[in-house]
This record gives sequence, structure tokens and C-alpha cells, in this order.
Amino acid sequence: MYKIVTRRELAPNVKFIEVEAKDIAAKVQPGQFVILRLDEPGERIPLTVADFNRSKGTISIIFQEVGKTTKQLGLLQAGENITNIVGPLGQPTHIEKVGTVVCVGGGVGTASMYPITRAFKETGNKVITIIGGRSQDYIIWEKEIGVISDTLIVTTDDGSYGEKGLATKPLEEMIRKKEKIDLVIAIGPVIMMKAVSHLTKSCGIKTIVSLNPIMLDGTGMCGVCRVEVNNETRFACFHGPDFDGHLVNFDLLMHRLKTYPEEEKISLEKCEHCRK
Amino acid sequence: MTQINPQQTPMSKQEPQVRAKNFNEVGLGYTREEAIAEAKRCLKCKKALCVSGCPVNIDIPIFIAAIMEGDFNKALQIIKAKNSLPGVCGRVCPQEDQCEKKCILGVKNEPVSIGRLERAAADFGQDNAPVRGQGDKEKVAVVGAGPAGLTIAGDLARIGYQVTVFEALHKPGGVLVYGIPEFRLPKAIVEQEVESIKKLGVDLRVDQLIGRTFTIEDLQKDGYKAVFIASGAGFPKFMNIPGENLNGVYSANEFLTRVNLMKAYLFPGYDTPIKKARKVAVIGGGNVAMDSARTALRLGAEKVFNIYRRSRKEMPARAEEIENAIEEGIQMEFLVNPIRILDDGQGWVKGLECLRMELGACDESGRCRPVPIKGSEFILDVEQVIIAIGTAANPLISTTTPDLKINKWGYIEAEEATGQTSKAGVFAGGDIVTGSATVISAMGAARKSAEAIAEYLKNK
Ligand SMILES: Cc1cc2nc3c(=O)[nH]c(=O)nc-3n(C[C@H](O)[C@H](O)[C@H](O)COP(=O)(O)OP(=O)(O)OC[C@H]3O[C@@H](n4cnc5c(N)ncnc54)[C@H](O)[C@@H]3O)c2cc1C
Ligand SMILES: Cc1cc2nc3c(=O)[nH]c(=O)nc-3n(C[C@H](O)[C@H](O)[C@H](O)COP(=O)(O)OP(=O)(O)OC[C@H]3O[C@@H](n4cnc5c(N)ncnc54)[C@H](O)[C@@H]3O)c2cc1C
Ligand code: SF4
Ligand code: SF4
Ligand code: FES
Repeated sequence: MYKIVTRRELAPNVKFIEVEAKDIAAKVQPGQFVILRLDEPGERIPLTVADFNRSKGTISIIFQEVGKTTKQLGLLQAGENITNIVGPLGQPTHIEKVGTVVCVGGGVGTASMYPITRAFKETGNKVITIIGGRSQDYIIWEKEIGVISDTLIVTTDDGSYGEKGLATKPLEEMIRKKEKIDLVIAIGPVIMMKAVSHLTKSCGIKTIVSLNPIMLDGTGMCGVCRVEVNNETRFACFHGPDFDGHLVNFDLLMHRLKTYPEEEKISLEKCEHCRK
Repeated sequence: MTQINPQQTPMSKQEPQVRAKNFNEVGLGYTREEAIAEAKRCLKCKKALCVSGCPVNIDIPIFIAAIMEGDFNKALQIIKAKNSLPGVCGRVCPQEDQCEKKCILGVKNEPVSIGRLERAAADFGQDNAPVRGQGDKEKVAVVGAGPAGLTIAGDLARIGYQVTVFEALHKPGGVLVYGIPEFRLPKAIVEQEVESIKKLGVDLRVDQLIGRTFTIEDLQKDGYKAVFIASGAGFPKFMNIPGENLNGVYSANEFLTRVNLMKAYLFPGYDTPIKKARKVAVIGGGNVAMDSARTALRLGAEKVFNIYRRSRKEMPARAEEIENAIEEGIQMEFLVNPIRILDDGQGWVKGLECLRMELGACDESGRCRPVPIKGSEFILDVEQVIIAIGTAANPLISTTTPDLKINKWGYIEAEEATGQTSKAGVFAGGDIVTGSATVISAMGAARKSAEAIAEYLKNK
């Protein structure tokens, strides 16, 4: 049992929870994730560790309510428990001093990017962060990520806050102005990671993306999380989740994420407590 | 001397047409009377060869004698002295290649049905509370709660060691819970056997992935004086043929884990989904392939093909399970090799292109190499493909434990008699050492290692 000690709503359908998980908090590195299960009939779902406090023994998770399990998780209050959490899973993000790093976060991907951004900053890099969301309501973690960035740029699709446009736009401008960029990290919707990788490929800027395929065990046992990188099959839970964005087959990833649309709908419809 | 029935007492099974539509156990087990009748066939040999065929050397004639007298409690006790999972082994052991193969009756007639008797002992016998050994001996860590890990945990706890088992998944049992289906091994049986190991004082911790949550070295620093690695061989192999990443292609591990561990066959009562297909091809010839094919059928498939590149004779699956599968209506396609999975244009499986094979040169063991017949390509009309061609070693532990030697396939190198690895205080056994084998061979390795660990800790 893993106790939720803090719970907050960050945006419509986006929640923050801080959970007691001493062993995971002691070990986790930026870029790693956990898999949790809420109850006996529950599914195992992967979520990134958005922050951790080693001395308190807690990890934080920021999640978007998209289906049955995340909605059910969203209903849990501080003081309540999560039945199973295993982790930390996946390879940590490779952090080193490279010069200037641009971190692009879209939607809840911003949260996943937070510990990575912080680690790049602490390693002595110049960090430029771009975070994007649909509208002002969907911009999360702005203050926290601002503190650890040298420059922070916010974009919204509808222009209700920050610059109007997609998160790729400021990056495009930086590239056009030939600003020095040594590394790009992109975490967010697959379509956004694909766009960023496409953009940086043409000018040869190394780009790391964090892939989010469907997962089951998270240990390398089932192979459902397979992705294609440089035309080879890789297990994202084991070899990833970080990969070289220029080599990833994003279309395959998007397609494989759509394996169970009918079943997801049934699950959600059946879930009475998910309908509030 | 009374006449001995040349044939085994048959065990009743669910009818094929009925069982192909449910997940209940196929073999119904002996009644007490049937068990006693079968026990009477045993000659109680002085030099019982059957015992040498059992990897954990159960005192077979003695437990069978107890059954003959109707004393199932005593029979269970005798078995449990050597085997902590009798309900499991009585059901899934390849007895025909082990204890029963050596049974003297088998020379002229059918051997004693030792496996079914073992199951009867587990089904009818009462386990008087097992006792934990005296004294608080050293702390020992076990990695993985499959048959090997559970066995060594029980053995070491019985002699007084403080044992902690670290299991990556949310349930203990290893392949017994995620791989072998309910209709062959009810999960309640596994749970019961796990409970009896917990009663010995074993601390069983789930959600602990060694290599990530803790490394082997973390465990040693934490005061575990010996570590036994029993992490199995669960890294699924793919064939590297075109179309393998299409939607509708499963590894057997994924398919079976969804259905067994996550109970997707009860969806939407359970949250984990699985695609129910009308026509399915399963590739492979072992127990895993049989289990996948029979599971697909039970999920409602109209047609399930089992594709195997050699002939029936070479199939590594248990004979009984191949028969069961055929009875249930699985269509066997022997001497067939898949070469491509077809795309329906939307990224989903539309068919499986195969090549017919013939058997070529044979090796000393009589296993013959399949060679393709030119121009024999054909397409099987299926919308789901399950790949059950085996597994490899998961590199997680070896890559996070620097001085642990592995062989060229990635399995951990360990001395056969003791399980000792290249790293002091670290032992290993089961599938992670041998590659995919059997439940009982994993347990046999664990038993030997338990003795070696006790010896090692005494001399330390
Ligand atoms: C490594 C990794 C890290 C992730 N980190 C975060 C995070 O920090 N915050 C966050 O909000 N989301 C994260 N996700 C996505 C999150 O796992 C899914 O949103 C969640 O599983 C959806 O479950 P559901 O039952 O609520 O919705 P469902 O209705 O079951 O599914 C909604 C969509 O989520 C995806 N999905 C479904 N099941 C799974 C599964 N078992 N594994 C992965 N994706 C699935 C599918 O694309 C599906 O269409 C991460 C995914 C991965 C692989
Ligand atoms: C579908 C299927 C059907 C089979 N049918 C039969 C049969 O009929 N008869 C038979 O005798 N054999 C059968 N086998 C083979 C048999 O199940 C295995 O040989 C046996 O389970 C091996 O036991 P093990 O303890 O070595 O490993 P496993 O049973 O694989 O258990 C390993 C355990 O370790 C855990 N683990 C792995 N890595 C870590 C880690 N890093 N940290 C913590 N925990 C970890 C795993 O989650 C798992 O629970 C079958 C196998 C399969 C897959
Ligand atoms: S454990 Fe297996 S090999 Fe040993 S007696 Fe029982 S069925 Fe036979
Ligand atoms: S060899 Fe056969 S007949 Fe002899 S003791 Fe063993 S089971 Fe009985
Ligand atoms: S989630 Fe099963 S192998 Fe990655």
C-alpha cells in the first residue's frame, strides 16, 4: 500500500499527487517512471515520476485523466492508498554538460520533463524551456519550471496566454535565427515529439524524446511496449523510454497506441464512480 | 500375487466441446476411490527407479502406499518434505518424461500415474501447519517468486533462515500465475501453495524489481548474507519478419499475461483489455504455444491454427496437452514456417504468409532440420498472430551486477551442483540459468542451492 500524502488539481482533468514510496524515492533518477495498479480488477498503467523527495521518501506524479484508470486515480484523496506501485522503471535520462539545452514540454509532458530540466540545469547547462498547452488552463508547472530555467517561453494554441501557437514555434524561430542549441529534449503528445524531431533533424540538432507506448509489466517480459528505432524493435520500458527522436518511427507508435479504443470506451462507460 | 491392471486408471476431463468455451480446469482429477485404485497398481519397489526420475526425489512408493491406505494427509506430508508445490507439479510436470518414464511398470504396461496421484494427495490431503526452523539464522534474499524462488524460500525458512523474496510483479508465482492458464492450473491452487510458504515466515515482497528498486549489491549491503537469483527467462523473442509490429500481433507472454495475471478474459469486470479475434495463428510448438492457442479458442475464436516448422514428433509440448488441443479443435499446421505478416492497409493484421517445409538432415538426437520447399508460399487468413517461439534472458540483473558472469546467451553461469555464481554469496537457479525448462527442474535446482547456501553460511 502506498499512501497519497498530497493531492491537488492543476488544470481541468490534470492532477498532482505526492505518494509515500520510500524505496522508489531513494533510487529514482530523472526520466524514470513507475507502474501502478489501483485494485484487484485494475489495470497496470505507467506514469512518470515528476518529482521526488529522497529525505521524505515520497514521489510525485502528475497525470491527465483520459480513461478509466486515470479517472479512478483522480478520485483518490490525500490519506487514501494506491495498492501497487513498482519502480523506478526504464533507463534514466542521460544527463551531461553539453552547453545549451532546449526542453520542450507539451501538456502533462511538462511534468515529466521537470526533473530532467532540473538535472540539466544543475549540471551547468544553459536551459531554455518551452512549455505549451491548449489554453491558459492547460499550462501546468509554470512557476516550478521557470525557477530552474534560464529562459522560459510559454505558448498556447489559442493565444489565451503566452505566445500563440504550438510549442514548436519558438524553437523554429531559434533555429531560424541560428541560435546555438546543443541538445533538444521533447516530451509530450506523440505528434508534438514528431514535429520537434522533424524540425531538428534538418539542422542536425540532437533530440531526445520520451516514448509512451502501451505497457503491461514494465520489466521487459511482455513486449507490448515495442517501438521502432532506427528500424530495429526496442522495448520502451527496458531500453527506453528515452530515444533519439531522429530515429523513432512515430507513426507506428501512434498507431499502436490505438489498439484498444472500443475496449477503453466500454471500460469508461461501465465505471460508475468515474462519472461524477 | 493379484493381477495388476495393465492400464492407468483414467482421469475424467471436461468434454472437449464444453471446455473449449470456458476457463475451468480441463482435468477433473481422481476421486479418492480412483486414487486408491491407481495407488494399488504400484509395486512399492525396493529400488524405486521412479524416484531417480523426479528432479526433487520425492519418496514416491511411500506416498503412494499412504494413498493406498486412504491416508491422503500422510501422503501430502511425505511429498511436502521434498516438494513445496505438489498441487502445481501434479498438474503440470511432464511426468511422462520424468518419474513415470522410469517406472518399472512402464516397461511392459502403462506406468503408475504418479502425477495424478500427487495431485490427489494435494487435493484431498490436509496440510498440518508447516513449521519454521528454530533460531534466527542469517538473512537471505531471493529474487523472483516463481517455482525456483518459492521453493528455496520454503526450504531455507524451514531450517531457520530469515528469507525475503523480492518479486517484480504484483503477485507471486512467476510463470505459474502469468503464463500457465487457469484451465490447466487454477490460480487458487498457486495461491494456496504460496500461502503455505508464507506461513513458514517467509517475507514475500511484491512490486520490487531487482536491478532497479534495489541492485544485488544493495541487497548485500543491506545485510543479506546470501542472494539467490531466480528471475526466470522472460524476455520474449520475435522472429524479425515483416509485419511483426502490426496491431493484432502479440508475444505469447503478452497474450497470456493479459489473460492470466490481469484476467482479461473477465473484461470488463477486470480493466485490462484483450482483442478477441475470429481467426488466430499461433506460432511455436511448445507448451507456451499450446496454452496460447487454447486460450485464443476460449476467448471465442472460430478458428485457431498452430503453426510449427517441424513435425508433431519434434514438438516440445507435453503429449497430453497436444492431444487436448487437437480434441478442442486447434488446427495443427506442421512443417510450416511463417515469413511475413500481412497488413490490412490500416495497420492491422490481415493474414500470415507461410512457407511449407520438409525435414532434411537429422542430428544425433534424431531432431531433423526443416528446410523450405521452394515456391510453396501460401497465405493463412487470420486477423491475430501470437508468437510463441521462446524467450531469452532478461539482461536487467546481469547489466546492473558488474561481476556476475553470464554465458553467450545471457543466462547466468552457475555451478550445477550448488548454483554458485561467479560472485561471492550469490547463487542462481531455474530458467535464468538453464533457459526455459520446466517447473520441476527449476525447483530441483533451487533445492540443491538451498543446501549449498546453508553450507556456505555455516562455514562463513
Ligand atoms: C513511460 C510512460 C510514462 C507516462 N507518464 C505519464 C504521466 O506522467 N502522466 C500522464 O498523464 N500520462 C502518462 N503516461 C500515459 C498513461 O500511462 C496513460 O494515459 C494511461 O495508461 C491511460 O490509462 P486509462 O485507463 O486512464 O485510459 P485508457 O482509456 O485505458 O487509455 C487512454 C489512452 O492511453 C493509452 N494507454 C492505455 N493503456 C495504457 C497502458 N497500459 N500503458 C500506456 N498507455 C496506455 C492509450 O493510448 C489509450 O488510448 C505515460 C505512459 C508511459 C508509457
Ligand atoms: C505458458 C507457459 C507454459 C508452461 N508450461 C509448463 C508445463 O506445463 N510444465 C512445466 O514443467 N513447465 C512449463 N513451463 C515452464 C515453466 O513454467 C518454467 O520453466 C518455470 O516457471 C521456471 O521457473 P523459475 O522460477 O526459474 O522462473 P519463473 O517462473 O519465470 O519466475 C521468475 C519470477 O521472477 C520475477 N522476476 C524476474 N525478474 C525479476 C527481477 N529483476 N526482480 C524481481 N523479480 C523478478 C518474475 O516476475 C517471476 O515472477 C511453461 C512456461 C510457460 C511460459
Ligand atoms: S514432482 Fe514431478 S517428477 Fe517429481 S514425482 Fe511429482 S510429477 Fe513426478
Ligand atoms: S517404479 Fe513404479 S511401481 Fe515401482 S515404486 Fe515407482 S511408481 Fe511404484
Ligand atoms: S511493458 Fe512489457 S516489455 Fe515493456
